[in-house]
Amino acid sequence: MAETKTYREALREAMVHEMDRDESVVLLGEDIGVYGGTHLITDGLYDQYGPKRVIDTPISENGFTGAAIGMAMMGMRPIVEMMTWNFSFLAADQIIQNAAKVRYFSGGQVKVPLVIRGPNGGGVQLSAQHTHSLESFYGHFPGLKVVAPVTPNDAKGMMLTAIRDDNPVIFLEAGALYGTRGEVEDGDNAVPFGKARVAREGSDVTLIAYGRQVNLCLRAADTLEEEDGVSAEVIDLRSLRPFDEDAIVESVKKTHRAVAVQEQWRWFGVASEVAAIIQDKAFDYLDAPVERVSGAEVPAPYARNLELAAFPSERAVANAARRVLYMEEK
Amino acid sequence: MSADRENSGNEAEVRGGKSAVATSPGRLVELYGKMVLVRAFEDACQRAFRQGKIGGYLHVYTGQEAVATGFLEAFRKGDRVITGYRDHAHALLLGCDPGEVMAELFGKRTGLVKGKGGSMHLFDVERGFMGGYGIVGGHIPLGVGIAYALRYEGTDGICQLYLGDGAINNGAFHEAANLAGLWGRDGMCPCFFIVENNQYGMGTSVERATAMTDLAAKFNSYAIGNEKVDGMDLEAVIECAERVAEQVRETGRPYAVEAVTYRIAPHGAADFFEKYRTKEEVEKWRARDPIGILEKKLLERDALDEEKIEEIKDEARQRVSEAVKYADESEEPPMEELYTDVYAGEDEYMGTR
Ligand SMILES: Cc1ncc(C[n+]2csc(CCOP(=O)(O)OP(=O)(O)O)c2C)c(N)n1
Repeated sequence: MAETKTYREALREAMVHEMDRDESVVLLGEDIGVYGGTHLITDGLYDQYGPKRVIDTPISENGFTGAAIGMAMMGMRPIVEMMTWNFSFLAADQIIQNAAKVRYFSGGQVKVPLVIRGPNGGGVQLSAQHTHSLESFYGHFPGLKVVAPVTPNDAKGMMLTAIRDDNPVIFLEAGALYGTRGEVEDGDNAVPFGKARVAREGSDVTLIAYGRQVNLCLRAADTLEEEDGVSAEVIDLRSLRPFDEDAIVESVKKTHRAVAVQEQWRWFGVASEVAAIIQDKAFDYLDAPVERVSGAEVPAPYARNLELAAFPSERAVANAARRVLYMEEK
Repeated sequence: MSADRENSGNEAEVRGGKSAVATSPGRLVELYGKMVLVRAFEDACQRAFRQGKIGGYLHVYTGQEAVATGFLEAFRKGDRVITGYRDHAHALLLGCDPGEVMAELFGKRTGLVKGKGGSMHLFDVERGFMGGYGIVGGHIPLGVGIAYALRYEGTDGICQLYLGDGAINNGAFHEAANLAGLWGRDGMCPCFFIVENNQYGMGTSVERATAMTDLAAKFNSYAIGNEKVDGMDLEAVIECAERVAEQVRETGRPYAVEAVTYRIAPHGAADFFEKYRTKEEVEKWRARDPIGILEKKLLERDALDEEKIEEIKDEARQRVSEAVKYADESEEPPMEELYTDVYAGEDEYMGTR
């Protein structure tokens, strides 16, 4: 059975599912309890589970993230909400220096079954300090898992997997898409990490993305089909660490052309990694250099038109696809 | 040493009433032996460091022995301990094998954490030791979370959280102390903060680093009860430790003790020049060496004599030289260890090199 639900509801459903199943799952974050959650993800859970399991924290990201790591080292399964991932810079010391590394430097004596979740990226005119895409920042650190679901079904299924995982999981939600709807499977639809999803089948070019850029690629694929008769395949990476290299390589072997899309800045980004993997593992199959479509190299502007210009657009993706198909000049 | 603890025999004496009873002379002699062992271990570490057998940083505990020794007297099975990078003493006093600790410092496979942590990251979860950490202040929130978890699990365990006078100026301390005070209101934070005020954060004295130098009183801002203790006087520390630990255990509320002590050794073994303090100052504190103070007391009470002291010191030196030998003779970690313990679960490693 499946029902259509919002991304937001799907996330909440996953947390409720696990909190009912496992007492060690607790939530921590700013305004997640009495207030109901800034993004309403945890709405109602305080009444349902009480203050010992739904813990309203002061505005002190480093402190409560560290405390959650301590809890996780003791066998609890805390889920920390970053009101937005932007604020995680204040907790970066705890996430990087402790959560990611303590298992290693303890010689494997502890596990850190911790989920840190919250909205990632921009798109809602929050300007420079509230608009960051942190996937390559956190994806850089061994010891962390980093996932970025875009469909409501994946939001639920990957959250189930994240909560059950014995490692710290950086759960990057498509913040701009909390209200979007999609079919969500009932019950336990756990989605394994490290498996990309073919969001659209195609044969002429592969568009590779994650998070809300997947939807952009799907629209660009429609445009390409309508305007140029080009068949684009869209790969939703879903999980960035672990990373599904095979899915990309398989697709490129079929289409021989690829465009990697990311909201974040181009330098040192995920798309660069994707391009490198393709040249490493599918070089002989390529008919054109891999294109990258990225955000403009500026702090995010506020004005609507400027913000739109700062992020990849459907047109930019379609044009990049045309270039790798040699339908347009570079 | 964990066996020692179980056989220590002092539990009955102390547990009788609410107020702590003086530690028996026999037990004090045992503790004297532990402090002597810690001192001998640290001396050996410094030698090994100069010989190039220990790499990286090395921070020894010389001068502060009475602090961990005294507070860990209040340690009960099920409790947890967490500290910074000056962590050898805590590990040894919790019963870790000196050979394994030394092997860790030598970077050997037989080390406490398989040669992956070194001096700053000793760890022994089975013995309740939740580790040493290298970022000043970074472990403090962890300790508060550990305390919460102990209560959440429904145990009466407490977390002994050691931090330095330098760490107290770090934001993580203030955030964590606030959480501890808050959670303690509901009896959910049995966290025993132990500030080891050894007067210096590296080369910067408390006076030059801290606007308000009464470190215990800082906890007032977070509604955490607090006091000071003479960290050079083992008996005073034990009295304080037993009383406070019991109270924290009973109430689930945090409490803080500032142990006033002194680091006789340099900050790190590689710091040869001490421009930041005078020889006279060090000498003045040396006269208050916690081992010397205890020795004198025990001699006065006829619990020790010169012969026994020599015996205890010889025994410590013997154990430490065995530890060094064990570390020396152990193998380096196998190359496979490079990629283990990054992730828990089947996918032990999933990165690329
Ligand atoms: C965040 C951070 N800043 C700086 C350092 C370098 N450092 C290592 S030890 C130390 C002094 C810490 O003093 P204190 O907390 O009093 O502990 P003590 O060495 O006296 O035991 C400093 C500055 C560090 N490890 N971490």
